[in-house]
Order: sequence, then C-alpha cells, then structure tokens
Amino acid sequence: MIINGKEMDFETKITISEMLKKLGLAEEKVVAEVNFKIISKEEYKEYVLDQSDKVEIVSFVGGG
Amino acid sequence: MKIFINEKNVIVNEKDTAFEVRDFVKKDADIVVVNGFIIREDVELKENDRITLIIRGEIPNEEELEASLVSRHTPGVHERVKKACVGIAGLGGLGSNVAISLARIGIGKLLLVDFDVVEPSNLNRQQYFIKHIGMKKTEALADVLKNINPFVEVERKDLYLDESNIEDCFKEADIVVEAFDDPKCKANLVNTLLSKFPEKYIVAASGMAGYFSNNTIQTKRKLDKFYLVGDDTSEAALGCGLMAPRVAIAANHQANTVLRIILEEYEI
Repeated sequence: MIINGKEMDFETKITISEMLKKLGLAEEKVVAEVNFKIISKEEYKEYVLDQSDKVEIVSFVGGG
Repeated sequence: MKIFINEKNVIVNEKDTAFEVRDFVKKDADIVVVNGFIIREDVELKENDRITLIIRGEIPNEEELEASLVSRHTPGVHERVKKACVGIAGLGGLGSNVAISLARIGIGKLLLVDFDVVEPSNLNRQQYFIKHIGMKKTEALADVLKNINPFVEVERKDLYLDESNIEDCFKEADIVVEAFDDPKCKANLVNTLLSKFPEKYIVAASGMAGYFSNNTIQTKRKLDKFYLVGDDTSEAALGCGLMAPRVAIAANHQANTVLRIILEEYEI
C-alpha cells in the first residue's frame, strides 16, 4: 500500500494501530487519513487497511 | 464623477488629479494613497478610485484612523477580509504572530484561545512585552492588537482546549489556526475539528524549532480543508529550542494561508 507517498509492504493484514507501531509513531500525536478520509482515533485498533488504500499520516512534533 | 476620499463618498470633476483633490481637501497631507498605493507622482483619478490623505505624524481621530488603515488594503480584498472570523488555538510563538499579521490586514474577528499566562521565557519568540508578564495571554494579546488595529473584533476565551470544548469554542470560526506547542494537543485539535466540522478550514503547524534553513519550512495541503506548515521534523527539544525568526516564518506561512483561503486561493 501507499503510505505518505511511499510504497510499503506488510506481510499480513494490518490495522492502523499496528501500522503506526511499525512506523514508530505515537497514536496520540498523529492524524490519519485513508483515501482522503480522516479516521478517528477510536477506530485505529479495528480499522484493517487494504492493499489498495492510500494512507497519509501526519505526525506532529512539539513546538509553537 | 464619484470617488472615495478617506473612505467617504465624494463627487469630483472628471479628469481631476490626486494632487488637485489633495490641495482642495487637505493641503498639508504629505501622504497620498490611491487604491492602496502611496503615490509620488500625480495621477488622474477615475470613477470609484479610493484616495486617502494623511498628514505624517498627526494622531488621527477614530474615523480617520480606520480610513488610513484601510487605505493600504487593496480594494476588493479588504471587504472580504473584514467579513472573516478566524479562531486561534494557542497564543504562543505561532498564535501571537498569526494574530498580529491578521490584525494588520484588518481581519473582521479573531477568537483568541489560551489558558496560560505570559512568562518571562515567552518573550524570546512570542509577541508580548515585559509589562504583560503575569497577565493572561488572551488579555495581553488583546492589548497588543488594540494598539495595532482597534477595529478588529476580538473575543477572548481563557480555557484549556480539549475534546469537550473544541466544538463549542470554534463554532463561529470560518478558519481555525492550530498554534499549540504540545504535539498531542495539536493532533487532538486537528482530529476533532476535521471530524466535527467538515466545512471549516484548519491551518496547523509542525516542525519549526532551531535555526535550520528558512526554506525547509513549507505549506502543504494535506486534505481539501487541512493545511500543514513546517518542516515536519524540527521538534522543540533540549539543545534545539524555539527561536523567534523561524517560529515567525512558520506563523506567517499560516497567516498567509488564512488570507489565501479567505480570498479563495486554495492552491499552495
């Protein structure tokens, strides 16, 4: 699947939570879009990503 | 023909020039602004031109002041900017700079939201003065803005934003600027706004610490109505503090993005 414009390959079906873990990103610091739709945090654990999905993760860093 | 002098409707003769009008209306005016431009050479006026006459150093009355402020705004732009209501979540280095730029362009209304008070350490990058130390940031920033452009409507909200109050706080805003420091608060605000208000625009920021290159700070359009400013990576951390120049660069990317959205220029 495409994550932040890069092609990535996972061996098995993967949820948003699992994908974030693999990418080393903290759930509470991200905004996740799948196919240009925002996914709410409560759905991360159950939302299984599909091969054809276009995923965009914004991971915020501190400072302002 | 009809023109505007200091925002007032006036009838002048065809082919009258800007300097002729000045000599007649306000001979001592040393600044003549025509349609947002200060002119040095005389020009012939056209129907509906806007001319503003200013005496340098003179303290104007309220009506003249508004006309002078408005005179530097491009006609057609100002009317739209004046109608906009922008929410600013967090009044630190980003939020205080965004608010000042938006006040200078004559934004209609600002919703200023922060729970904190001004501390001495804020002065390294935030738009406050020593006299504001200890004051609520909402109150201190309202004081700064009043001294820049008193014609901006300012609504202050002294509260800590979380899921329980984000919706209520920003229901009036057309555009919300995310200007927090904490990355969890940033993500929480953006997630909540995107899901609760599909019609609103959000302009967030991430990655502006240090003194890295100016040019790594970018504006990206992440979703139809979600813009993100910053270099994505430069986190405020030990040995990599937030500094006025780069924070202000990011803040003004945000402010210009707000202005572009108001003027329906959605492309980055």
